[in-house]
Amino acid sequence: MNNALHAFDRPNSYIGRSVARPNAKRLLAGRGRYITDLVLPRMLHAAFVRSPHAHARIVSIDVTGAKAMPGVRLVATGDDLAKICEPWVGTLAHFKGMKSPEQWPLARDKAIWAGQAVVAIVADSRAQAEDAIEEIGIEFEELRPIIDIDEAQTPESPIIASTMGGNVCFTTKLDTGGIDEIFASATHVVEGEFLFGRHTAVTMEPRAIIADYNPSEGQLTVHHATQTPYQFQDLYSRHYGVPEANVRVIAPDIGGSFGMKLHVYHEDMAVVGLSILLGRPVKFVADRLESFLSDIHARDHRVRAKLAMDQEGAILAMDVDDVTAIGPFSSFPRTSVVEGNQVVRLIGAPYKFQNYRAELSVVFQNKVQTSQYRAVGHPVACAVTERLVDMAASRVGLDPFEIRAKNLIPDNAYPCASPTGYKFEALSHEACLAQLKTLMNYDALRAEQAELLKKGIHRGIGIATFVEITNPSPAFYGVGGARISAQDGAIIKVTPSGEVQCLISVTEVGQGTEAIIGQIVAATLGVKYETVKVVTGDTEMTPHGGATWGCRGAGIGGETALQAAKRLKENVLRVAAALLQQETSQRLDMRDGIVVDADSGQERLALAEIARIAYFRSDTLPPGVDAQLTVAHHYAPQGYPFAFTNGIQACHIELDAETGFVKILKHWAIEDCGRVINPLLVDEQIRGGVVQGLGAAFFEECVYDDTGQLMNGSLADYLVPMAFEMPDIEVGHVDTPTRDTELGAKGAGEAGTAAASAAALNAVNDALRFFNTSVSQIPMTPERLLRALGYT
Amino acid sequence: MSEKLPISLTINGEPTDSYAAPRETLADFLRRDLQLTGTHLGCEMGACGACLVLLDNLPVHACLMFAVQADGANIETIEGLSDRGVIADIQKAFHERNALQCGFCTPGILLTAHHLLRTTRNPSREEIRDALSGNYCRCTGYMAIVDAIEEVSASRREPVAGRVIERAEP
Amino acid sequence: MQEALAAFAAADDATYIAGGQSLVPALAMRLQAPSLLIDISRLEELKGVSFGDGWLRIGALTRHFETLSEPLVRQHAPLLSAAAPYVAHPAIRNKGTLGGSVALADPAAEFPAMILAHGAEMEIVGGAGVRRVPADEFFIDLYQTALEPGELLVALHVPAVRATQLWVFDELARRRGDYAMVGAGLLIDFDDQEVSDARIAFLSVGATPVRAEAAEASLVGSVLDAETIRRAQAALESDLDPPEEKSLTPSMRVHLARVLLGRLLQRMAARA
Repeated sequence: MNNALHAFDRPNSYIGRSVARPNAKRLLAGRGRYITDLVLPRMLHAAFVRSPHAHARIVSIDVTGAKAMPGVRLVATGDDLAKICEPWVGTLAHFKGMKSPEQWPLARDKAIWAGQAVVAIVADSRAQAEDAIEEIGIEFEELRPIIDIDEAQTPESPIIASTMGGNVCFTTKLDTGGIDEIFASATHVVEGEFLFGRHTAVTMEPRAIIADYNPSEGQLTVHHATQTPYQFQDLYSRHYGVPEANVRVIAPDIGGSFGMKLHVYHEDMAVVGLSILLGRPVKFVADRLESFLSDIHARDHRVRAKLAMDQEGAILAMDVDDVTAIGPFSSFPRTSVVEGNQVVRLIGAPYKFQNYRAELSVVFQNKVQTSQYRAVGHPVACAVTERLVDMAASRVGLDPFEIRAKNLIPDNAYPCASPTGYKFEALSHEACLAQLKTLMNYDALRAEQAELLKKGIHRGIGIATFVEITNPSPAFYGVGGARISAQDGAIIKVTPSGEVQCLISVTEVGQGTEAIIGQIVAATLGVKYETVKVVTGDTEMTPHGGATWGCRGAGIGGETALQAAKRLKENVLRVAAALLQQETSQRLDMRDGIVVDADSGQERLALAEIARIAYFRSDTLPPGVDAQLTVAHHYAPQGYPFAFTNGIQACHIELDAETGFVKILKHWAIEDCGRVINPLLVDEQIRGGVVQGLGAAFFEECVYDDTGQLMNGSLADYLVPMAFEMPDIEVGHVDTPTRDTELGAKGAGEAGTAAASAAALNAVNDALRFFNTSVSQIPMTPERLLRALGYT
Repeated sequence: MSEKLPISLTINGEPTDSYAAPRETLADFLRRDLQLTGTHLGCEMGACGACLVLLDNLPVHACLMFAVQADGANIETIEGLSDRGVIADIQKAFHERNALQCGFCTPGILLTAHHLLRTTRNPSREEIRDALSGNYCRCTGYMAIVDAIEEVSASRREPVAGRVIERAEP
Repeated sequence: MQEALAAFAAADDATYIAGGQSLVPALAMRLQAPSLLIDISRLEELKGVSFGDGWLRIGALTRHFETLSEPLVRQHAPLLSAAAPYVAHPAIRNKGTLGGSVALADPAAEFPAMILAHGAEMEIVGGAGVRRVPADEFFIDLYQTALEPGELLVALHVPAVRATQLWVFDELARRRGDYAMVGAGLLIDFDDQEVSDARIAFLSVGATPVRAEAAEASLVGSVLDAETIRRAQAALESDLDPPEEKSLTPSMRVHLARVLLGRLLQRMAARA
C-alpha cells in the first residue's frame, strides 16, 4: 500500500469531503470573467445575416447598401471566407459508411437550414452591425425542405447535398442472432413506438467568442466560451493555416455548456476568419434568438422497440429500430451519429439478457445541426428500455421493483459484457435498487396512491435504471481519426512560499473541476487545500488534453492530478531527506505542508522552508541533490474503454386527468459513480441533470413547421424548467470504485439527465393505467395527455 | 436620432453623470459604459432574470428599460450589493451549499433572494420557489438555491426593510 | 400629458413607452422600429388610485405590484389583485403598468380579461378631448382596442364590487408566470341564494378577452348547485370559438375552459 491510498482513507482527507468551491466566490460577487464581459482594444463586433429559408439556392447577394452603413468595417460572404478557410467534414472513420457534406463558415450556393449564417457583417458595435443586416439583399430560390424522417429516406426526396446521393448519413446494425425465433416463441411480447422531442441546451450564457489575430507576429488568440480549448487550438490552426504554436485558445469562466460548447459552429469559425481579414479582435455573442437557430440540437428520435419475455417475467430479448433526424450535415469534429450509436448500444444495458438486435438510421434534415448534448443518447435508451420493462411488468403482473430485481445484472456477476459489446467492470444495480426502495419509502407511497385513488386523485410512481458511460478512452473519438485527446496532463509547482499551483488540461464550466483537482492535489501531496491554486482553460499555460466532455473530469483529470502530485511528493521528500541527512525518504511523509516522521508524526521541516532553500539557497543543498519542485505528468486511461457507472431514479407525480397537467411531487436518484471526491458538488450536479431530464419529460421541444421553420425559438416559447415546477430531489449513493485508476473515481455529470425523463415517463404511465391508456412520447404536454385520455 | 442624451443617476451609491444613446438599454449601459459586468444578458426579453438590478430599491430587468429612463434614479447592481456587505450571509449560504455552478444566473438570483428576504417574513419553500419563478438556472436543480435562501431566512429574525408583501387570496 | 400628445402628433412614427415590459422585447427583436419613443412613465395625471362615488379610479401607470397589494384595489377591484400574482414574474410586476397591459390587449394576458369581468370603463384622452369607453366595447380584435393612434389611456374606472357579489379567478398555465392556456375571472351577484347577475371573462380563448355570455345567462335566476354549474359549462360551447393552434386544438381549449369554469363555480358555490 502506498502513501496516496493512505491519504485518501484518513479521516480528514480531502477526498470525499464537501469542500466549497474557491472559484465560486467571484461568481457570487458578480466578478465572474465571461467572454461576454471581455473587451479588447480596437475590438469590433460581428453579426450575421441568416437564411429565412430551410432549403434554398442562393442566387445573389447584394452587400453594397450594408457596406455603406455607419460603423461597418467589413462585409463577408461564403466565398470570401472560403478563400482563407479549409472546409470541414463531420465524419469519423470508425463509423463505416458515414457521409456528410463539406462545410464552410458561411453558406455558399445553398442555405440548408433556416437560421444558417449567409453573410457576416463586422462593425464598431453590435447594434450597427445589426442595422446593416437590414440593408443586405439576398435573392433566394426556395427548394423543398426535407423535414420528415420517413420522407427523407425515400428515393424521390430532394437531397440536401448533391454529393451525398441520398439523405441517409449513417446506418448500423447489431445482431446477436436468432432474434426472430425468440420473439416467435416467447410467451409475452410488449412493444411500442417512442418519440422524443428535439432539444437544445439553452445555456444561461449564449455562445461567445473573440478572435484576435495579430498580423505583426502571425499570432491568433481566441477567447472562446468552450469546454475544450485544445480541440479548437488544433482546428483553428489547421483550417486557417496558422502554425499550432501560434494559436492560443483561452476559455475563462463559462456560463454553462452541457456539451453544447464542444462543437464547431459556422459563426465561430467565421469570426476567426474575420479577425484574420481585419487584423483586429472580432467579437461575436449569439443572442438568445440566434442560439435557438444555431446551437446544436439533440435527441430527435423515433424508436420502435419490442421486448420478449417468458412466462415468469424473465426478459429474453429486445429488438430495436431507431431513426434519428439530425441536421443537414453531421457536426464536426464529434459527428452527429454518436448519439444514435449510443442509443442502440445502451438499450437494455442494465439487464442480464443477451439476445439483442438493433438497427440505426441517421437521417439528414433541413433543420439545425445536432450533436452531443448532456447524456448523449442515454435518456432515449433509458426511456425505451424502462418503458418496455414497465409494460412487461404490467403484462405479467409483477411490480416494477420485482421485475427489475428478477432481470437486472446481479452485483456478483462482474466482469461481464452487454450484448452490444460494452464491457462492465463492476456495477451495483441490485444495491441501488434496494437503496432506492428504502429511500423513497416505496411501499408507503403505493399505499397512499391507492387511498388517494378512492378520492379521485391520480398519483403515479415511476422508476428507471440506467448505466452511464464515463471516463472515455480513445475508443471514443481517437480511433476514428479525430484529434480529440483522451488523455490529460498536469503541471504542478511548489511556489517559493511553499504554496502549490496546478495547471491541468481538464476544464471548468461550473461543475467544480478546479475544486476537486485542488482536493486531489492537496490530499495526495499532503498540503492544506487553501494553499493549492488550480489553473485551467488556457492552451498556452496548461498541457494539451481532453478537457471536459463525457464525464471525464473527475475520473481522468483526477487521476492525472493524483499521479502528478505523487511524483511531486516523491521529489519533495527526497530533497527533505537530503536536507535532514536521512538515508531515505521512506520514513518521511508530508501533512498540511509540513514534512513529518511517517510513524511518529513529529514535524521535521516545512514545505515553505524546502522551497526557500530550493529557489534561493540552492548553494546549501547537499552535493548530488537537485530540487525538482515542478513536475509534469500525463495520464491516458488504460483498461476498460469506458468506466461505466450506474444508478436508479424514481419520480412521483400527480396527474390532473381533466386538464392533462402534471405536478411533479418528488424525485429520487441513487448514483454509483465510484469514489466521490466532493459530495456537495456531485449532488447538485445530479440534481441539475435531473431537472434537465424533467424538462425533457414535460416541457422542452423544438417545434418545426412543415416548411422547416423553428416555431418556438425563444425563451417565452421553448419551455425550460423553472424553480416553481421542479420538485425537491433526494440523492443517495453507492460507491463502487474503478480499479483502473488509483483514484477510483468515475464520472457523474450526466447521470441525472440519463434517467430522469424515463422515470417521469413511467410515473405518468403508472397514473394513466387507471384509464387504460398510455403515452409514449415526450415531452408529455397537457395536449398529449388529453389526447391519451380520449380528448381531441 | 441617435445622438447621446445626458443622464444623471446614482449607481451603487455613486453619483454618475454620463451620456447614453436613446436606444441603449440600461443593461448595456451598465455593462459597456460603466464596466459593471456582473449584470448579465441571457435573453434580452425579460424571461430569464439574469439582468436584474435594483431600481429605487425594487428589482427590475435592466434589459427591459432604456438607460435614459433611469435618469434621476438610484440603481444598485450585484457589485454594489456585494461590496456593501448587505448580501454577505446569502452569498455565504450559497457558497457553502453549492447553490451555483457556472454562476451566470447567480447575480440575478441573489437580487431576487435579497428582495424576498427583505420583504417577506419566513417564506415557505413554495413561496421561495414562487419568488424564483422568473430566474432561470440551467446548472443546478434549484434545490440548493431554495435550501440556501431558507437557511438565511431562518437565521435572520426580522425583515431588514419596510413593507411586507402579501399575496391576494383567490 | 399635452406635450406627449403633441409629440406623437408631430412625429412620423412614434410609440408611447410606459413600463416597457412588452414593448422593449418587441423592439429588441426588431418586430417594431419606431423612430421616436415617448416616455409617459412620469406623467402624474396617469398615476394614483382613488375611490369615490362607488367607483375605483386606477391610474394607467399603476404598476402590477401595486395592483396586487394596494388595499383599495384589493377591496374594490379584487379580480385585478387576484390575477396579479399570475402576471409574468416579480421583477416584471415592478415595472409593468395596468394601462400598458390593457392598451396592448394581449388576449392571453390576465388584466384585460379582469377589466372585462369587472365591467370597467377606460378613460381615454386624445386630440378630441376626453372620453370613456366601457370594457365591453374596448377590446375589438387581436391587439386592437378602441384607442385611436396617439390617444392615451389615462385611467381605468372600476365599479366597486358590492357586498352581494362574489368573485373568483384562476388560470391553467404550464409554468408559473407563463401565458395561460386558459384563464377566467368571475364576478357574480347574488340575490339571497340566486344569481342575479354574472360576468364571466376568459383569457387565452380568442383574439380578445371573451365574455361567456351564454354561460352567464344560464346562471341568472338559478342557485349555484351542481346542475346549474353543468348547464353553465355546457353553454360555454356557444360562447367560445378558439382559433386553430399547434399547441392545443380548439375543442381541447374549450374543454379546458369548461373544466376551469366548473372548478371556479364550485369554489364560489362553497362560499355562497
